[in-house]
Formats: sequence, C-alpha cells, structure tokens
Amino acid sequence: MVTTDIPTKVIYERPSVLDPRVTHYCPGCTHGVAHRLVAEVLEEMGEVENTIGVASVGCSVFAYNYFDLDFVEAAHGRAPAMATGIKRVLPDRIVFTYQGDGDLASIGMGEIVGAASRGEKITVIFLNNANYGMTGGQMAPTTLPDQKTTSSPTGRDVKRQGYPIQTAELLSTLGGAAYIVRRSMHSSREVRRAKTAIRTAFEVQKHGLGFSLVELLSTCPTNWGMTPAEARDWIKERMLPFFPLGDYKVSSAVADLKI
Amino acid sequence: MAKELIKGNTAVAEAALRAGLEAYFGYPITPQTELLEHLSARMPELGRPFVQAESELGAINMVYGVACTGKRVMTSSSSPGVSLMMEGLSYIAGTEVPAVLVDVVRGGPGLGNIAPSQGDYNQIVRGGGHGDYHLIVLAPASVQEAVDLTGLAFDLAEKYRSIVAVLLDGSIGQMMEPAELPPMQPLKTEIPDWAVRGTQGGEKRVLTSINLDPPAQEVMNLRLMKRWQEIEQNEVRYKTYFMEDVEYVVVGFGTAGRISLSAVRAAREQGIKVGLLRPITVAPFPEAILDELTGKVKAFLVVEMNSGQMLEDVRLVVRGRKPVEFFGRMGGVVPFPDEVLVEIERLAAGPLTTEGHPRDRWLSRLTETIG
Repeated sequence: MVTTDIPTKVIYERPSVLDPRVTHYCPGCTHGVAHRLVAEVLEEMGEVENTIGVASVGCSVFAYNYFDLDFVEAAHGRAPAMATGIKRVLPDRIVFTYQGDGDLASIGMGEIVGAASRGEKITVIFLNNANYGMTGGQMAPTTLPDQKTTSSPTGRDVKRQGYPIQTAELLSTLGGAAYIVRRSMHSSREVRRAKTAIRTAFEVQKHGLGFSLVELLSTCPTNWGMTPAEARDWIKERMLPFFPLGDYKVSSAVADLKI
Repeated sequence: MAKELIKGNTAVAEAALRAGLEAYFGYPITPQTELLEHLSARMPELGRPFVQAESELGAINMVYGVACTGKRVMTSSSSPGVSLMMEGLSYIAGTEVPAVLVDVVRGGPGLGNIAPSQGDYNQIVRGGGHGDYHLIVLAPASVQEAVDLTGLAFDLAEKYRSIVAVLLDGSIGQMMEPAELPPMQPLKTEIPDWAVRGTQGGEKRVLTSINLDPPAQEVMNLRLMKRWQEIEQNEVRYKTYFMEDVEYVVVGFGTAGRISLSAVRAAREQGIKVGLLRPITVAPFPEAILDELTGKVKAFLVVEMNSGQMLEDVRLVVRGRKPVEFFGRMGGVVPFPDEVLVEIERLAAGPLTTEGHPRDRWLSRLTETIG
C-alpha cells in the first residue's frame, strides 16, 4: 500500500460547543446558522464554561439540546427576566437569551423593555422571521404589511391588524441599551457581519457596558411557503426595506471597545 | 435579641434578609409595598441584588432565574399581583426549584380593595397556576409568627425543592406589634448540584419544565406527588388552644384564627367548653388532629375572612360525622370577636345538624345582616 503524506490544515469545523446531532429545525431555516455563530463566538472568547443560556418559547425552545452549555428554559416572553435574575446573582458569568420575534416583541415586550431600560448586562440574540414559526406561521408583531400568514390569510391589513414593530429601533431609545444592531442571515457576507455583531454584543457584556441585542433577519421557508433560496431573496426584497440593517445604538463606551 | 415594635411587612422583609436572602425581585402593590421598600434599602447595603421589576410577571421570572442557580430568592406581592405570578409559579414548580413567595392578601375579586382578606386561600392552596402541583402554605397569625415562618419557608423550599408561600392577610402585613427578629445568618455557601452556573468544565445542566413525552411527564408528576406525600407526612403544623375538656372547636387560620381566639376566651368565661384549632400550615392541611377532634367533640365552627374556602378542607375530614357551621366576612371586612362569640353561643345553644351545607345557613344569616 502506498501512503502519501498530504499536509492538511483545518480551516473550518464544527464548534465543539455545538452538540453533534441533527436539529429539529426545518431545511433552509437560519436558526442553525445563528446557533453556530453563537457557538463560534463563545469558543473564540473562551467563555464556553462560563456561560448560561436562556432558551425561550418558539422554534428555538429546544436550543438547550444543541449547545454544550448550562441552560434554563423560560416561559414565553420571559427570558430577559430570567436572565436578569441569573446575571444579578452570577455577575461574572456570561448570560444570554435566544428569542424569536413572537416571544420577544409580542408577549415578552414588557420583559425586553424592562431589561434593556435597566441596562441588564445580558446579551440577547433575537431572530426575526416575521411570523410565529413553531405554531405554524401565524401573524407576528413583525409580520409585514400585506404579508399572508395563517392568521392574516388575506394579508396583514394595517388598518385592522396594526403595524409591524421595529424592535431594534424601539429598544435603541432606552438609556440602558449599550449595543443594539440589526443584521441579516440572507447571504454569506451578511452572516459574517452578523458574527462580528454577536461577538461585539458578548464583549459588551463581558466588559460590563450594559444591555446588548443583535436582531437577525431570518428565514422561515416552511411557513413562508418558499424554497430556502426564495426565502433568502424574500428577506432581501421584502424585509430589508422595512427592517433596515444597521447599528441603532452604540454607546460611546462600546464605540471605544477594542476587540 | 430584644423585641421591637415593628410592622408586619417590614418584619417579614428583615427576617428574609437575615435568613440569607440573596436576591429579591418585586413590584409595588398595597398592602405589601413596605416589604419591597424595606428591601430596596437593605439589600443594596449588603451588596445583594434588589430589582423593582417591570411587573409581577417580570418579578416572578427573575425569581425563577435565581431559583435555577440554587440561591435563596423571594418575591412578595398581594392578590392581583399574585394572580399575574401564577404563570411563573407553575414553571418554578415544574422545574422543581426552590422559591419563597409572600402573599399579603387583600379583598377581591378584581382590583377589589386594599383591606385584609383571606379570599385567596383557594388560589394559593389549591394551585392557582396550571398543572398538577402543590405549594407549601404557611399562615401566620401575628407579626412574630410571620417572622418565624419566613425563616422556615426558605428551609422548607430547599428541603423539598418546592415553592413555599407565606400567606398573610393585609392586617398582619400592615399592623405593628412587638416581635423579636432572628440573628443575621451568613449566606449559604453550598450550591446544590442541580443548579446552573456555567459548565465549569463539567457536564452541562439543563433546567426546564418542558417534557414533550407524556409518559416521562407522568413520571415527573409522580415524583411531585410523592414529594407532596412526604411533605404531608412531615410538615403539618398547627396550634390548639383550650383543648382539655373541649366540646366545641373553632377552626380558623391567620387573622381569623387570632380573632376567634379572643371569642373563644370570652365564651370560656361564660362556661362554654370551646377551644380553637389554628392551622399554621394550611397546606399541608392538619387533617390528623382534625380527625382526632371529630371523634371527641360535639361540633365545629369554621371562621374565615372569605366565603368558606378552608371550610371545604374541614368538611372533607369531618365527613358529616359531626355538625360543622361556618362564619365568614368577605371583601376585606374583618370580623369582630363579638360576632364570632355570637356564633359560638349559637353553636352551644343548638340545635345542631349535619344536614345541608353550612355555607347556605351562614349566607342566609349574613343576608339578613348586610342585605
């Protein structure tokens, strides 16, 4: 047998903090990508063993199954309150919540506004896919005008059903918010930018600078009735105009942060 | 330590702090607010977390978070606020983590009023939140007893990984009387094995109340029920008064029990052989002593500041073997000892019956009184 000694260099592998198992997420859904970004950042920061996650209610309810981290599971919308309790008694740990738009911007609006205004030193990873995914695609606070969902079957009529909530913009008005940005998951370039933002958000927490949140525009091909590729295009064409990407709040202390 | 004149709410707050309370989360609501106010000053003095939450929903879920770290944690509220907390209480029960709730009950339903009431007995004792679970419920009748039971509440919560409610009514919360506070305890240093803290290089811990597999959920339900049986076995507490030659027994908890004691004393002066059974744990309910008394006495009078909620627990034990009568005031009205004395006299004068429902007889008398 002839053996050849080919020099190899690992340039890409699964973060060890992500459990090697099949997730319950639908094909083309960006939850898996977002999980991976969080995992990579925590590993790169050396904070894996020092982190407590707070899962929420929605498609990411089982997030704790996929991370090799200590985790708790909050009631619907209450993850920021639970994270507040944990961070207050364990201030030297990294505490983050992972929430969807129904959880955070509808039933949990009180808790997220409270946590942000108090400047809780927690990090929120906020996935906005413009509908309630887990329950089968109902209208969410982020559903776009005229968007069809199972509970707005003729399209969201803003006269009857109100307007979508722009969460990053809203939270950026609060004094305790140190870092509030919106990124998207619709292209490799945007995913890389999202990772940088997630890193910054966790660094904000590590340096005790205040509340940090990264809103991630995410796909939901199953409930949108699209292929994964169409879903990515839909983010670009439909979501971006209403949910512009950008840095909505970067406190001066965060701006000075060197990562 | 010497006794001092102290308000119930303040005393409970200070007692919790001295029992090693590590974090407090609350929201202002009358007649509980002094508890929150006291801790808003004292907790920061000691470098311990205090957060005035955005709502009772926020407060109870902050408690839930700390409970998952295994540290001593408490919230306090009053009836409408406790209704909001029911969601979190169910989750805490479903996750089997220890927490203490102080409920300073006021008149209801709805916004009701801010006067003392026992109208939330059913809500606290029989669950309140969704799912099969029990709270340990301690019902003090004085500021001193509230102080003592607050310390006990933390020990029981940790021993059974359960929620312990200290059920005050507004009068215990608001009144000032002499009480001796306990010495300051050091904070707990041991963290239970199940508590989250970051993996620190070990196996990950996940604390959750979700269980999508019904048979596995049933195993969890069974574990909760076995634990409750153990609590029923070990943790029943009550106090009896004038039991030597007793023929009639008044049953009342908290302030209603205390008012009844004055009435019992007055009736004794008239030669009526009446005593008082005052449950201190209303859950678990003191069934054994009540059963024993059922064999001995002629009749019972249940006195509450509600429409007869504990009355049903008494009836379940007595099971028609002896007459049970009821007297209550509702809506934040506190009965006078004289009103209870009249009921004791009526009981002793007879005639007595085991027919019908005592609530119906009471309601018809009450309708004559208050229209």
